[in-house]
Formats: sequence, structure tokens, C-alpha cells
Amino acid sequence: MDLLDIFVSLGFWAALVRMATPLVFGTLGELICERAGVLNLGIEGIMTMGAMVAWMWVYQGGDLWTAVLVAAIFGALFGLLHSGFSVYLGVSQHVTGIGITLLASALSYFAFRMLLPDVTTPPKIDPFKPYPIPGLSELPFLGEVLFTQSPLTYLAFLLVPVVGYGLYRTPLGLALRMVGENPMAVEAQGIDVHRLRTAAVMLGSAFMAVGGAFLTISVFDAFYIGMINGRGWICIALVIFASWRPGKALLGALLFAAFEALQIRVQQSASAFIPYQFFLMMPYVLSILAMIVMSRRAAYPKALLVPFRKGER
Amino acid sequence: MRLEPRSHVPLWLNLAAPLSAVALAFVLCALLIVWAGAPVFAAYGALLNGAFGSVFAISETLTRAAPLIFTGLAAAVAFRAKLWNIGGEGQLYAGALAATYFGTGLIELPPFLMIPFLFLVGAIAGGLLLLLPVILKLKLRVDEVVTTLLLNFVVLLFANYLLFGPWKDPLAMGWPQAAPIIDEGVLSPLIARTRLHSGLIWAVFFAVCAWAFIRYSKWGFEIRAVGNNPTAADFAGIPLGATVLRTAMMSGGLAGMAGVCELAGLKGYLTLDLSPGFGYTGIAVAMLAGLHPLGVIASAIFIAAIYNGADAMSRAMSISNYLADVMTATALLLVLASVLFVRFRPRLR
Repeated sequence: MDLLDIFVSLGFWAALVRMATPLVFGTLGELICERAGVLNLGIEGIMTMGAMVAWMWVYQGGDLWTAVLVAAIFGALFGLLHSGFSVYLGVSQHVTGIGITLLASALSYFAFRMLLPDVTTPPKIDPFKPYPIPGLSELPFLGEVLFTQSPLTYLAFLLVPVVGYGLYRTPLGLALRMVGENPMAVEAQGIDVHRLRTAAVMLGSAFMAVGGAFLTISVFDAFYIGMINGRGWICIALVIFASWRPGKALLGALLFAAFEALQIRVQQSASAFIPYQFFLMMPYVLSILAMIVMSRRAAYPKALLVPFRKGER
Repeated sequence: MRLEPRSHVPLWLNLAAPLSAVALAFVLCALLIVWAGAPVFAAYGALLNGAFGSVFAISETLTRAAPLIFTGLAAAVAFRAKLWNIGGEGQLYAGALAATYFGTGLIELPPFLMIPFLFLVGAIAGGLLLLLPVILKLKLRVDEVVTTLLLNFVVLLFANYLLFGPWKDPLAMGWPQAAPIIDEGVLSPLIARTRLHSGLIWAVFFAVCAWAFIRYSKWGFEIRAVGNNPTAADFAGIPLGATVLRTAMMSGGLAGMAGVCELAGLKGYLTLDLSPGFGYTGIAVAMLAGLHPLGVIASAIFIAAIYNGADAMSRAMSISNYLADVMTATALLLVLASVLFVRFRPRLR
């Protein structure tokens, strides 16, 4: 297939929007955590947990939207656990995050195996169907690409301006950004630094879990061991790429999804010259490249990784 | 509750804190066993039996501990200098790839040279893989956690390409595996009729080396200084960049040797399931050991025992062996919290 053929095909653009969805959820979630000064390396495990519980909920006869809610609750709980260590006890955010990832994925796999002991092939569920938005889906090209997607995709794209507005136009957002830059100043305002950070980590983790849930109850219809496959780590790179801004995070996620969608299509025609494994490497290599490119302009939140203890300077 | 720094930490507390954390992890995981509908004591009995119940069980546990000592050391050395190398898994495969490249017939040496040579090329490969993240960290302040994590996936895909492509052994009946390591490079077995091999001796040897190095050498002192307080270290004239770079080469090298150990000692040829996440588990090993190189030996044996025991337990009763991963992660988090109570004294306001 020619590159041009790919770029004019509707399927490519629709796939791009679909593939961007989990990245948008994950990146927004990580962005909220980091803006509050907490690096959440639990993302990979929290996405796994979200994917597992949402799928399991539907498999046990639950409703799809409730499954999203359940995933969000589980995500928030692991966020709470994370902040218990990283915010309240103030231990290393790096090691806490890795620990949360190990714990959340191990628990997901354990629960999956315990609830479905005798199944060899992963059973399937009825996932979210694309919901054409009346009127808008009639539009040529855009209708198919943007407005005939899974409801969760609409939710992800809606969340971008919502998070942007929340961060930049509300007092709570101001406090949240400030707690990531100068927690002492927040404390001086009479706001509890630990509680605010915990709330941010819980909210962010809920987003991540919904991103994972999107994979099992919208794109695919089954849960596999190792299905998140580094998407969480890519989200962390995307946050840096986006300079901690929601709008740019959307842009980054779309760019990444474009490469992924392109990669799958080129892979089929070019596999004679380039082994497919090199295409699969692309997202990871690109993530590293993106961080290199943005490194000079990376304006880390000043208090990122710095635990806050009352009465200490 | 308020935390105030302890001026003096008694020895018993240093030992009691991680031990009680591990005990608590066992208690918490008992809840999962209850959920699975199995009797807790019988399950833990099966676990203990599977880990240490016979000479064979002990040999299997020690076999599994060998690569974990290497990856645990890799994490411990790096974390000492606050270098967050989470790429042990990728470095392990890089070491195994290098050992496969040189050890499958390209170079033939007598065993007493061949084995050190394989460890050396494995270490170099593992170190080189960590070079890019470290340079990016030092020059551009790119976070090494993310880059090392992402490189894990790249290396595994590269190994995948080699094993399905140019390195595929035509004699392997279509399985994606490389040609076997030549006989001169194979680590000798330690006990007859078990899989235990001399890789364990090498691992313990390097643990002692790492301990002596960090404890007594100038470079080791610099690593500790940079990890404890980079600003003060810089002020005292310790070269920050060079120290981090040296630490990285050691850390990556140790992780690379884990790959050689598994390849030349256990499997004999490279496959894609060479490591069931030894690189990641190494982080838990290192934290459990309080980043102490000699402690890594004990904690690697402990974690290996959990994994082997859980395998036996899941065969005996219907409990998934992912319980071992849950236990390791729980122990890691609890130890992390316990370390805090060693360094600080909790005071009620």
C-alpha cells in the first residue's frame, strides 16, 4: 500500500483517533499527578488494573458504563495507596511508583486467574459499539473519523478542555498547580498540601484506569496478560513532550497514535524489507526521541519528586 | 503524627524493620489465599516445602536466586547513587544477546577463559545499553526512569527479531531460539541431578566485590556521597557526572551478567522467555536488602524461594502462582515504609 493511499483512507484516520484514546486518558491522568508534584510511575499497573476490573465487571454481567466507574474507583484506590507512601510518608516516588505498578499488575493477573481458573482462550464480552453522533456523523470524512467512535473516545476528547479549564480557570486548579511548584505557599494559604496532592493523585489514577478499561471494553473484547505493553510508560514520556499542558498532551497522543496506525499499515507492505519488530519498536523509540527534543524546554513542576513535610524547609 | 530524624539507629531496628514488613506481607497475602478458598497454613506449608522442602527444592531455589542476585545488585548499586535504573530487564537481554553472539562459535577459548570472557562481554553490553539514558540524564536532564523502561521494550523486540530472523537455529524445529552456547562456555553444574550451576558462585563473588567496592574504594565512597547529598558531594569536589557514569556502567554490567548467568548456566541457548521479569524483580530484591550488596544475596534467595514455593503451591492447590508477584510487590512497598521508620522516629503530636 502506498503512503498516499494510507493518508486518504478513512480507516487510517478513524484508527488514529481510536488509538489515541487510551493515551489521552493516561497522559491527562499522569499530567494531573505531576502538576501536583507527584510522579506516578504506578500508571502501567493502574492501567492494567483498570483493564482487568472493567472487563471482569462486564464479563460477570455488569453494565458497560458501570464498568468504567468501577475501573475509575479501583484506579483512585491505587492512587490513594500511592499517595499514602509518596505524599504522607514521603518515601521515594520512583520506588513507590514501581511498587504500585508491580502490585497492581500482579493483583490483576492473580484475580483474573482466580476468577477464571479453567479458561485457556480468553473469553469475550460485548464491548462498547461505535456511537454515531446524530447529525455530525453525516458529515463527509469528519463524520466517519471523529463522530463515529466509541463513547469513551468522546469522553477522552471532552476531558481535555475540561482538565484545561479546571487547571487554569478555577481556584482548585490554581491550588493544584501551585502545590506542584511551591507547596509552602499553598500551606501558607491554609490549604492542606497532603490532602490536595492525594486528591490529585487519586483523580489522575482514576483517569489512567479508565484508559486501561478502554482497551478491554471498547477496542478489544478480552483481557490478556501483558496487554498494556508499555502504554503507561509512553504516557509519562508524552507528559514531558506536552510540557505539562493538556492541549499539547492531546496533540502528542494524536501524533503517537498516528505513528502507531501508520506503523500497522506500512508493516504489511514493507515487511519484505524491514522486519515488523522494528515497526513495533517505533512507539518506544519515538517516546525517547520526543523527550530528547523537548528536554531543553522541559519546565518540570518545581516541586516534582520533592516530598512535603510540615515545618521542614 | 510527626516524623523526627533518629540520630542513632540501633542494629536490631535495622534488622527488625524489614523482617516485620515481610511478615506483614505474608499476613496480607493470606487474605488472598482465603479468597482463593484454600486453607492458609496448608498453602504456606506447601510454599515452604516447595522452596526448601528437599535438596532438589533448595537447589531450584538457589538456581533461581543466581540471576536475582545479579539484577538485585544492579538495582542496589544504581539506587545507592540515586540513579534510577529500571532497565535491568533490557540490560539482562543485552548481556544474553552479546554472550550469544560471541559464545556460539565465533570465539573459542578454554573454559577457564571462555566463561569470564562471556561474563565480560555480557557486562559490556548491559553497560552500553545504559549509556544512552545516562548521557541523556547528564547532558539534557532527561529522566532516566522513563528512558530505561522504554529501552526494555526495544531490546526485547530486537531479540525477538534476531530469534525469528537471522539467529534462528535451524536445528530447533521451528522454535524461535538461537544456537546453543559452545560447551567451553557452559557453567558447570554444582550438584549432580539438579539444575544448580556455578552461576551462583559467580553471583555471590560479584556481590562480595560490589560490597567491598562500595565500602572501601574511593569510587565507592563517591557513589555513596553522590547518592546521599549530590550538592554536598559536588561542593566537596566529587565529579558528579563521572560518578554517575561509573555507577551506571557497574549497574548495567551486573544486569548484563544476569543474562549471561541464565544463558550459560541454565538454558544453554537464547529464547524469548529467558527471564520471567528478573530485571524488575531485582528492584524488589535490592529494596528488601536495604541496597546492601551482601543483603542482596539473602533477599534474592528469599524472593526466589517465594517464586519457587508459589509454583509448588499452585500445583498443589488451586491458587494462581501470580501470588508470588503480589507477595514480592507487597513486601517491596512495606519495606519501603519500614525503612522510613528506621530513619525517622514517629511521634504523636
